[in-house]
Amino acid sequence: MKELMTGNEAIARGAYENGVTVGVGYPGTPSTEILENFSRYPGIKAQWAPNEKVALEVGLGASLAGARVLVTMKHVGVNVAADPLMTAAYTGVNGGLVLVSADDPGMHSSQNEQDNRFYARFARIPMFEPSDSQEALDMVGLALQVSEDFDLPVMLRTTTRVAHSQSLVEVKERKEIPLKPYRKDAPKWLMVPAYGRLRRQSLEERLQRLKAYTETTPVNFITWGDRRVGVITSGVSYQYVREAMPGVSILKLGMTHPLPEGLIRQFAAGVEKLVVVEELDPYLEDFVRGLGLEVTGKKIFPAWNEFTPGLIRSRAVAAGLPVPAPDKEEGAASPPRELPPVPGRPPVLCPGCPHRGVFYVLHKLKLLVTGDIGCYTLGGLPPLEGMDTCVCMGASIGMAHGCELADSTLSRRTVAVIGDSTFFHSGITGLLNMVYNGGQGTVIILDNRTTAMTGHQEHPGTGKTLMGEPAPAVDLEALVRALGVSRVRVVDPLKVAELTQAIQEEVACGAPSVIIARRPCALLHREKRPPVMVDREACTGCRSCLKLGCPAISVQDKKAAVEAITCNGCGLCVQVCRFGALKEGGENND
Amino acid sequence: MTEEAARLPVDILMVGVGGQGIILASRILAHAARAAGYDIKVSEIHGMAQRGGSVVTQVRLGEKVYSPLIPEGEADVILAFEQLEALRWVNYVKNTGTIIVNSQVIYPVPVLAGMSRYPENIPAHLSRRARTIMVDALQKALECGNSRAANVVLLGSLARRMSIPLSYWMNALEACVPARYLEVNRAAFQSGYTL
Ligand SMILES: Cc1ncc(C[n+]2csc(CCOP(=O)(O)OP(=O)(O)O)c2C)c(N)n1
Ligand code: SF4
Repeated sequence: MKELMTGNEAIARGAYENGVTVGVGYPGTPSTEILENFSRYPGIKAQWAPNEKVALEVGLGASLAGARVLVTMKHVGVNVAADPLMTAAYTGVNGGLVLVSADDPGMHSSQNEQDNRFYARFARIPMFEPSDSQEALDMVGLALQVSEDFDLPVMLRTTTRVAHSQSLVEVKERKEIPLKPYRKDAPKWLMVPAYGRLRRQSLEERLQRLKAYTETTPVNFITWGDRRVGVITSGVSYQYVREAMPGVSILKLGMTHPLPEGLIRQFAAGVEKLVVVEELDPYLEDFVRGLGLEVTGKKIFPAWNEFTPGLIRSRAVAAGLPVPAPDKEEGAASPPRELPPVPGRPPVLCPGCPHRGVFYVLHKLKLLVTGDIGCYTLGGLPPLEGMDTCVCMGASIGMAHGCELADSTLSRRTVAVIGDSTFFHSGITGLLNMVYNGGQGTVIILDNRTTAMTGHQEHPGTGKTLMGEPAPAVDLEALVRALGVSRVRVVDPLKVAELTQAIQEEVACGAPSVIIARRPCALLHREKRPPVMVDREACTGCRSCLKLGCPAISVQDKKAAVEAITCNGCGLCVQVCRFGALKEGGENND
Repeated sequence: MTEEAARLPVDILMVGVGGQGIILASRILAHAARAAGYDIKVSEIHGMAQRGGSVVTQVRLGEKVYSPLIPEGEADVILAFEQLEALRWVNYVKNTGTIIVNSQVIYPVPVLAGMSRYPENIPAHLSRRARTIMVDALQKALECGNSRAANVVLLGSLARRMSIPLSYWMNALEACVPARYLEVNRAAFQSGYTL
């Protein structure tokens, strides 16, 4: 029976069917739903780790102890996990270990679009790239087998359009795989230089064996067609090529590290013109050229952003490739028409979001705000504009300290802002550094009791695990104190006056300080509060309330208007209006 | 209609605003299409859907579907849950295609904050591109008893223009909608279907 599944659901299913018993990861679009789905299967253990490095280390430990393991993260998560990854290639595995790297060409929800295929080459580990959900499911099984056969962790690299697209898959029963026994083996697992050198050599031998395997693996295959053009492609680009360049000869690479030199040469010899179609970097193209073959790729197709079948067809036609007409009855696309300016619809903080108050105040106080990544990054966009920087998870605290080092007068004008999940992920070490090195910075931890950005996952502060079991909730105040911060205070981010005072005092105090802005995410904890009312007499039309960027507030005919169904009654605007025109609902309002 | 005709490729772009129920609508559509024997691909970008951003779902049906993405200018139908979103994506539909658009207007924050203007007379722009059908889905849904069923009203008017038999749609509704909302949604579907 075939089921419609996203790539992420299929990966979870593939792990379940192939006997994986341990799943670990850290949320990040477009990888998050893999572990969420996996956690619902019986007979497995699934966990959120506080960050990707820990996730991979837990995974490696589970593999050492003989389990089949799934580790999931988004592309930038692999940067965080890169340290264990590089050496895990030396140690190899016991139970099969698959690391999913979910890349995001086009940056739908990421801060960069790095091409993680280079990580597989860098670490010298096998890599598979599915092009739809069925392949995603099948490749998990194949990757686990290869992991065990070649004693290496294996990367399964997806992209947003594979992870978040649904297609039909065949599901099967689970195969129970017994735990492999653990045997103490220091030369394999204890990477001191003397043993490391041995494993380095062994890694080369393992890679040589893989080079033979990749020539014959069923996921690398040629479909001969029109021999005037031969396209080498992988991942979702394969599907685009099938649609946009029907009938051409194709070398489809499902295993993209190591690459099959012989198969590529055989393909090249059978076609007149060799073309590589791949999203992002010329990873395949450079390899093919390195074989001394004549090839084009990035001269025709862009090296950034995601592809579409339309883009591939138009670039191929413009480059003079003999591309046959598409299958579709009516043929060519209708050309675009000119349109009036279409205003954007950027995502905004929800009505009642606890983050809004913080950024409103920070903007008012004109501070230098080093920021971080989460829902709250939206607080950096107009009209709130209460954040100056966003680089990677955890960067806010280190960067604030760096500002202070460069210009000591900045310590009284700078704050770092970081979410609770982000603080556990990689903010703790930044704060430790600041205290240790005599910094006087102020850190605001936005404690909304969840990982909201990626869809409300649990974390070490929430008191619950991925599998819904109760867990000890870390005491944030005690944690911060233990790092050496003596000035710690907790404020309600929806109380503007209190929050303003706290920030002013802590920034001025000349000692490291932490303000915990604590209130649960408005989507997670829906409070029943009556909507705010407008006193149209009192409203002067000054538009101050619009500075909050609240989706419930507009100014129409020079008077503020609050849309009752959208308003969450959080009361922030009531505090912002200097004329008392906005009133808590339920109050007398005439 | 013959089985043959039933499997001609159909590309549908569903666009709207986070929270309007596009994901459920696409799920019902995929369910019905699957029963009718289509190959299917559905691609969703819902990154910050809960935070009121644009949502786009591409649904492709056919004998065999490769790309999950619809090439620009080749969609058969745009099913728009909001007027501005219809305009944003209008060049995706082919000239001979159809635009079904909810008459609802949802101002994005830049418009609310006075930083940009909501375009005037969107339906006129749409109908210059392709045949445009306006649906007051919110009103229809309210008449059926729940404003949140507007998505299913729109789906009904899409279903009417597709070659998937009505019974498949009904089964799909049953499979995808929680039991306590089923009656309202059946009524909403019918009201869109008979428009
Ligand atoms: C290394 C890395 N892992 C994961 C992500 C994806 N991601 C971005 S922000 C975030 C967590 C946000 O949670 P929190 O800090 O609590 O802020 P909130 O969204 O709740 O406001 C995650 C998981 C990322 N950008 N980088
Ligand atoms: S999901 Fe929660 S944290 Fe994110 S914007 Fe909405 S209320 Fe704020």
